[in-house]
Amino acid sequence: MAEVSLRKVVKRYDDVEAVRGIDLDIADHEFVVLVGPSGCGKSTTLRMIAGLEDISDGDITIGGDVVNDVPPKDRDIAMVFQNYALYPHMTVAENMSFGLRLKHYPKAEIKSRVAEAARMLDIADLVDRKPKQLSGGQRQRVAMGRAIVRNPKVFLFDEPLSNLDAKLRVQMRIEIKKVHQKVRTTTVYVTHDQVEAMTLADRVVVMNKGRIEQIGTPNELYHHPATRFVAGFIGSPAMNFLPCRLEETDGRLHVRLTDRIAFPLPPLRAARYQSVSRNDRLLLGIRPEHITETKPHAEPGVEPFEAMLDVTEPMGMETLVYFGLNEAPVCGRVSPNAGARDGSPLRMAMDLNNMHLLNEATGLVI
Amino acid sequence: MSTMTVDKAGPTRTVKYGSMSRDRAWALRWSYFFLTLFAIFSLVPPLYMLITSLKGSAEISAATNPWWVFHPTLENYAGLLTSNQFLRFFFNSAMVSIIVVIITMLISIPAAFALSRMKFWGSATLATGVFLTYLIPDSLLFIPLFKMFALIGDVTGIQLINRWYVLLFIYPTLTVPFCTWIMIGYFASIPKELDEAAIIDGASWLQTLTRIFIPVALPGLIAATIFAFTVSWAQFLYPLVFTTSADQLVLPVGIVTTLIKGDVFNWGQIMTGALLGAAPPLIIYAFLMDYYIAGLTAGATKG
Repeated sequence: MAEVSLRKVVKRYDDVEAVRGIDLDIADHEFVVLVGPSGCGKSTTLRMIAGLEDISDGDITIGGDVVNDVPPKDRDIAMVFQNYALYPHMTVAENMSFGLRLKHYPKAEIKSRVAEAARMLDIADLVDRKPKQLSGGQRQRVAMGRAIVRNPKVFLFDEPLSNLDAKLRVQMRIEIKKVHQKVRTTTVYVTHDQVEAMTLADRVVVMNKGRIEQIGTPNELYHHPATRFVAGFIGSPAMNFLPCRLEETDGRLHVRLTDRIAFPLPPLRAARYQSVSRNDRLLLGIRPEHITETKPHAEPGVEPFEAMLDVTEPMGMETLVYFGLNEAPVCGRVSPNAGARDGSPLRMAMDLNNMHLLNEATGLVI
Repeated sequence: MSTMTVDKAGPTRTVKYGSMSRDRAWALRWSYFFLTLFAIFSLVPPLYMLITSLKGSAEISAATNPWWVFHPTLENYAGLLTSNQFLRFFFNSAMVSIIVVIITMLISIPAAFALSRMKFWGSATLATGVFLTYLIPDSLLFIPLFKMFALIGDVTGIQLINRWYVLLFIYPTLTVPFCTWIMIGYFASIPKELDEAAIIDGASWLQTLTRIFIPVALPGLIAATIFAFTVSWAQFLYPLVFTTSADQLVLPVGIVTTLIKGDVFNWGQIMTGALLGAAPPLIIYAFLMDYYIAGLTAGATKG
């Protein structure tokens, strides 16, 4: 059990900077997920923590000790790989106990630790099998078991669920969360799947182009994204971004979307955006769940408008509707009973209490 | 085109299906034809050797049907297997081959591991270089090698020429590069995550090699072992050059130099000796073939 911190960590491959100065503090027992598109440097960061990649610059500490030049085996970490990386010639029990056997643990202790981990992961009846006799999900459990028996300071997961089918992925996600609740080991988990990140993490680190875009709890990232990248990356369907301008009409601040559509801002929002230049090119960021059908009773800050639907996607509990506002594609979520049909008009409402305003040039949320 | 016909009508589908299996039947017929041809081509010489080895000298020189034994006899076998000289050749061959295989493996396995996994400066060039040395023909190499061992003899007084164990230094120049090359390929096919997992589990490079790589790449190691053994066992030019005394000869050279006296060819014993000499590699092939085929890497990763 230990905290992990990264100080201005840089990874350079020849001329390319894969990781460009990362600062990150992971508390003891914390489950941190690094998420981002492929090539954002998240796996490289994890591999640097593991010691599988050298650090070009900066410091990594585990449990207070700088481990820059400490070989992986002395960092007291365990790693779960995307393709499981089980030793094919060993049984499940041998796979799990390999690390302990190398460290010459007493046989009885090895046996009890393997039995305990196998029981926790529900693979107790598979311990005598070889990896090739196991299904993908079972192999992933064995890979986790191999990490658990070592009882390391830190667990590192490198996209462990990417090779599983969608259903199994959901199941294993819950499994991983349960394991973490039991063993409480500090965990760094890399994934490109934002749903995995949101569901598993105590804190999510969103990375892009070798830098950290934002660190926060899943709810913070969802409701208070700091940048356009985070706002667009977290959440599915993704947040809508509508080009807009601010303007003053009749003494109230309005956000103008098209020549015909301009909404007055709710008082709290108006106060926040008062200082924004009226000439800036801005983006109105709003999530699909805040673009709905009109309700019978008007609510403050919820502004109605007319939309010509292009496509509707009935999902059962809700219907996703797609339409255009001044060329910008918009996705909204309406009730299945709202009468949304492909190619027909629908009276919609935008909840501006949950809007975000972004500067188009800098990509920052205002 | 084919999908269209399949989608449209049932009858067309059956015809299409039938023609598919007809194609397959023809392909099988042709492959059997060529396989039979090839089998005859490669099995006739050993058959001829077997027939001749069962004949006495008189029958061999008589103008009878060479493909039939009229008076079968085991005198050639008895003659060779009771001859101390022949047994000595056999012993020398076995010693040389077994020790060369061991030396080759001791050098090639760590070399291949280092070249495929421990990325160091120039490792890729070195790997290619290893293979290039294999391309130098032995008929070119034996002259400088002979001069070298002669020089060593002159300078240090250690006489290596005309000793069977000189071959232990020479054969690895053939076997090590090739076996290293084969094993680089096998080691490279082992997923990178496997040694990373081992490293994180606390294994040293040596432990990764002995406890992960060697067991996982066993089919490759066996292929390399078979190769090294075959090359050593069948080598002719080097022992012909480097060994001359009858008690230092290996089997291929021994048969030729002792069973051909002037222009008298002792065909019966030559054929018998060659057949007996071919037996050990055959037995080894038969024994190791199962391992050779078994895919041990299955299940390591997603696949």
